[in-house]
Amino acid sequence: MSEKPKFAMYWAASCGGCEISVLNIGEKILDVDAHFEPVFWPVAVDSKYKDVEAMEDGSILLTLWNGGIRNQENEHIAHLLRRKSKILVAFGSCATEGCVPGLANLYPVEEIFSTAYHTVSTDNPQGIHPQPVVQVPEGTLTIPAMNPVLKTLAQVVDVDYFMPGCPPEPHQIAAVIDLVIAVLEGKAQLPPKGAVIGAGNSTVCDECPRARNVKHITAFKRIQDVAPLDPTLCILEQGVPCNGPATRSGCNARCPRVGAQCIGCYGPAEGVLDYGARLITAFASVVDAKEPEEIEAILDGIPDPVGQFYRFNLADSLLRAGVPAWKKNGH
Amino acid sequence: MSEKKPKIGVYVCHCGSNIAGMVDVEAVRDWAQAALGQDGVVVSRDYKFMCSSLGQELIEKDIQELGLERVVVAACSPHLHEKTFRTASERAGLNPYLTELVSIREQVSWVHTDKQVATEKSKALVSGAVHRVAYNTELQPLKVPINPNTLVVGGGIAGIQAALEIANAGFHVYLVEREPSIGGHMAQFDKTFPTLDCSACILTPRMVEAGTHPNITLLTWSEVISVSGYVGNFNVTIKKKARYVNEELCTGCGICVEKCPQKVIDDVYEAGLGYRKVIYTPFAQAVPKYPVLDRPNCTFFKNGKCKACEKFCPTNAIDFTQEDQYLNVEVGNIILATGYDLFDARRVTNYGYGRLPNVFTSLEFERMSNAAGPTGGEITLRDGKTKPETVGIIHCVGSRDKNFNNYCSSICCMQSLKFAHLVKERTGATVYEFYIDMRTPMKAYDEFYQRVLEEGTLFVRGKVAEVTNATHGPHEKGKLIIQVEDTLVGKQRRIPVDMVILSVGMEPRHDAKQVGQMFGISCSSDGWYIERHPKLDPVTTMTEGILIAGCASGPKDIPASVAQGAAAAARVLDKILQKEVELEPIRATVDESKCSGCRICNNLCPFNAISFLDDVGVTRINPALCQGCGTCVAACPAGAISGTGFSNEQIFAQIEGLLMGV
Repeated sequence: MSEKPKFAMYWAASCGGCEISVLNIGEKILDVDAHFEPVFWPVAVDSKYKDVEAMEDGSILLTLWNGGIRNQENEHIAHLLRRKSKILVAFGSCATEGCVPGLANLYPVEEIFSTAYHTVSTDNPQGIHPQPVVQVPEGTLTIPAMNPVLKTLAQVVDVDYFMPGCPPEPHQIAAVIDLVIAVLEGKAQLPPKGAVIGAGNSTVCDECPRARNVKHITAFKRIQDVAPLDPTLCILEQGVPCNGPATRSGCNARCPRVGAQCIGCYGPAEGVLDYGARLITAFASVVDAKEPEEIEAILDGIPDPVGQFYRFNLADSLLRAGVPAWKKNGH
Repeated sequence: MSEKKPKIGVYVCHCGSNIAGMVDVEAVRDWAQAALGQDGVVVSRDYKFMCSSLGQELIEKDIQELGLERVVVAACSPHLHEKTFRTASERAGLNPYLTELVSIREQVSWVHTDKQVATEKSKALVSGAVHRVAYNTELQPLKVPINPNTLVVGGGIAGIQAALEIANAGFHVYLVEREPSIGGHMAQFDKTFPTLDCSACILTPRMVEAGTHPNITLLTWSEVISVSGYVGNFNVTIKKKARYVNEELCTGCGICVEKCPQKVIDDVYEAGLGYRKVIYTPFAQAVPKYPVLDRPNCTFFKNGKCKACEKFCPTNAIDFTQEDQYLNVEVGNIILATGYDLFDARRVTNYGYGRLPNVFTSLEFERMSNAAGPTGGEITLRDGKTKPETVGIIHCVGSRDKNFNNYCSSICCMQSLKFAHLVKERTGATVYEFYIDMRTPMKAYDEFYQRVLEEGTLFVRGKVAEVTNATHGPHEKGKLIIQVEDTLVGKQRRIPVDMVILSVGMEPRHDAKQVGQMFGISCSSDGWYIERHPKLDPVTTMTEGILIAGCASGPKDIPASVAQGAAAAARVLDKILQKEVELEPIRATVDESKCSGCRICNNLCPFNAISFLDDVGVTRINPALCQGCGTCVAACPAGAISGTGFSNEQIFAQIEGLLMGV
């Protein structure tokens, strides 16, 4: 039993959807159990940080890390698991590019706290405001301090592979597990370090069955305002801002197939450094207007540009402070 | 970025004091050597004039002796000397595209006033280029064959000149003119300044030569409607509008014109001063000689009756069933000599044109003074008989005026002087010229000004405020009053005259922008076509194979237009004789494995280089058509299009280098 390679999965700043997605692979999970010994997996296995700390460096073969690095605890465990793991995979959108938790990077930490604890929608009669260090009669209590911004995993530690998606699609997870098992059995090679795995190399449009033409956008509309949406025609051409053209393939165009615009959860296409900037220039390029006022009016059809263009990618965009984004992967 | 750095040489130019006056060149040199050594800089030098042969030799020597693999020259704009230094590198055996030029003149010394800041900025720019150049790759220019045929658009004097030069050199020309005859504005003039040559006498031999030249296919009453392709290989569609006259049968005898019972005002050639028939040639010496039937005004087309022209035509050349024809021609180069429109004098409402009958435009006056014109050369008031006793000529109408056009139309001073001379000669009237500044710089121009001064024309320096028929007192009765501040006297004056001539300026053709888009060239904010370089390359454009001549690029007199026509022809002949053309290898390419056929880029290319392959669902770029502008590279949401010479690595390395000291 102890001969089986060790497996870990951790959640940092995330919603838990990635774990659900792993369980969604169905009976494939039995293959995981057959080939790996889960040593640290908070959602499934009862083990403590000190158990991990006690392990030999590099003794975990594969760690799937989901979630962004939001606080000191996340950061500590990221370094810990990096040390202990041979292969560290940034798993899911939060770990690879920050995802929705990364949108909080628009605000300073204090503002996040005051919104969470002191606005009308919060029932907080005692006015509790969490502090990293609190003195109580029994002694000193500490909770992990928030970092100023959420970082992606690669902004904190060296990452071996990236697996996008919010969450990664079960069939892609299954394919990655099959690949790792094949590698263990000596039947396959690992992809080069830094590669994106469990996704395609093109964009969502490549997998989308809708017909596409030359685009002339005269208005951007919310999807509920286009009734009925033509089921066979490109959604963007119908004026609904669909992020498919800029989003990495791999999901099999799930949303556009069922009549919803792509919101970009698989992140930027191969080689693209700033997802939002790409998408903005792309949309701007097909706006069919000449006069500045006309253009303004069309762009007003996108009321939440950050949400439209950077919902998943803000923490990993060129806009972020600190290390230039082109020096990715902790270098 | 940890791999082995290529050996880089940095060369900082003083440009005399152009750069060295504002940038501490030695400091930039030393800093590059010291601070950028870890980035691959192995040698850093400065020189007084890097572009001199001695400066270039310095670079060549280092490439050979030190084994430089990249070169960065900090000097002037790449527009000026990029080619110089790339060629120098090439001579020394280094691929030219491994040399980068940094503009520390146009972008630094000429725009800064603080030497320290300018020096720091120069260092940052040099650092950016050093970081970038490491990622430059060897590129080879593309070679494409040149089709020896040429298209000339516009049959004015510039276009005629260009067509004749090329045709005489033995190559074929398609000369396209949208009016029924070639000749352009020059055909409307009576005399040309300053020699007072008869305009027709010097123009018509050229027109005839163009019309009969075996190497010229003359297509009048025709317009270009689409252009595709690229330098050396353009495909042009020309619409040959129906003349309703069979050119093979027509002898140009003119009987149809004579017998046509319907007259209309000729507001093109005669500037509205005279009439023409509905079937007409615009003037007697028109080339070609075949008339054109003006369909909207033709009685037969309106009522189904008449056909007088057909009845009397001795060769049965009238053909009411004729339809527009579309011709496809293939050419290697295109010269646009599309000319100008006259400023519409009605827009200066305070000068009363269109409201006060005896206010004339310059073109009306040209027609009036022309012996073949509607008045037979008689200068009269609008009633057609009264000779004026006093004439006021107003300069700069629509030009040098922030309400209309800021630019000087360049010919109006001289044309106004010519008018003054003609009025004096033909009527003996008193003539006033109202000018802002006199501009008579070309050969024999100022001498003509002196002559007109000596003839007794009165010059009032000041911009006319108003021309009015609201008179004060009996001495002004029946006159037009010119209200003007005489800035030399420092007084307001009211000058009563019988006739006012508005010397209207030139404007870009009303459709210059659309035509420019069709040919892939751009207009300045004033609307004139932009030349590749205003001084050193005035007849080519940023689009290879598209040339401009004459007033299409801005106001010009006849000698300048002729010179430009000939210059454009020389550039075309140069291309034709080379048989093939080298295209810059800065091109966009599509990685078809990344292209998902979203078609966002499909409509963006200003050079029509992008096509969509329906069968495989990807976009492709024609490398010969692509000019490397980068529009599609920026637009591609998948990052599937990349621009040679502008890779992400190059751009980010450059940014990083720029920000190194920050």
